[in-house]
Amino acid sequence: MVCTLLGACATGTVVLLPEKDGRHTAVAVKQGDREILLEEPYAATRVTPVGPRAYRSSAQEVESQFGPALAARPSRAASFTLYFVEGKDEFTEESRLVVDRILSEIALRPVPDVLVVGHTDLVGSDPFNDALGQQRAETVRSALIRLGIPQSDIHAISRGKRAPAVPTADGVAEPRNRRVEIIVR
Amino acid sequence: MRAAFPQLDLVLIALMVLCVATVASAAEIGQIKISRGQVTVERDGRVLPGPVGTRLQTADTVKTGADGSIGITMDDDSLLSAGPNSVLSLDRYAFDPTTNKGRFDASLNKGTLAVISGRIAKESPDAMTVRTPTAVLGVRGTEFAVSVND
Repeated sequence: MVCTLLGACATGTVVLLPEKDGRHTAVAVKQGDREILLEEPYAATRVTPVGPRAYRSSAQEVESQFGPALAARPSRAASFTLYFVEGKDEFTEESRLVVDRILSEIALRPVPDVLVVGHTDLVGSDPFNDALGQQRAETVRSALIRLGIPQSDIHAISRGKRAPAVPTADGVAEPRNRRVEIIVR
Repeated sequence: MRAAFPQLDLVLIALMVLCVATVASAAEIGQIKISRGQVTVERDGRVLPGPVGTRLQTADTVKTGADGSIGITMDDDSLLSAGPNSVLSLDRYAFDPTTNKGRFDASLNKGTLAVISGRIAKESPDAMTVRTPTAVLGVRGTEFAVSVND
């Protein structure tokens, strides 16, 4: 093909895939000054030398075109939440069982990396809660390292008060928001 | 001096957070979780093998051979996976795990790519793009696939 030699007219396709939980999703495909918005599952566009061409793809077509790429998808991140006994540096009884599930999830993955995310309630400023969340995450990180997770595979971060489990007004004390989330990926 | 400038503490904290975020983005941004067949990583003009566990950096280009495929988990939980004969570049990546703000630009020069976008795109709908030689995909979420023919 002449246009391959010029390197200017590669063609291809873009397909929006169905969402796991049916949430609304979209991808905007822009070619030059033309844009096609893909908003429905299997909405697709061909990228051609004369601009984008919308069409409808299907599960079968996606499988034949993208089978190997889809088969190489890493497992999704798995998320767990741990709560502390009030005022103590100690997991609740329930959370102790969650720790066992975390360890099994880690064992399932070929090269696990673990993110420990500290969260706070909405009492206090962002800098205060960022530091507090970090402190909670570090505590849990140390505990998980003692349980045998290699230090290099586990990182502690803080989201502070930005992602409350239970939305409240600013300044409200809420125990369910004082938690540590463990993400295994 | 400090008492006269009470806002200095906040500025210092902000600077420290910024430094940490910058250091993190300059180093490891993702990891190869699945690697099948021939997979290489081009970094600073060198060609490295790309086995499972390889940590990736900004500006890495990942290539798969005729029998190759690869699955990558990024720091923001984005999942990228490419089929055979693919060339995928991680052109630009910045991610602050505290605020979830960041920027992720990748490009597929040829082959096939499946994407599940992560925290960066969820936090800021215009912060992630995937480029092909002729098109730019603005990722508003979440799952899609792209192919680029030779």
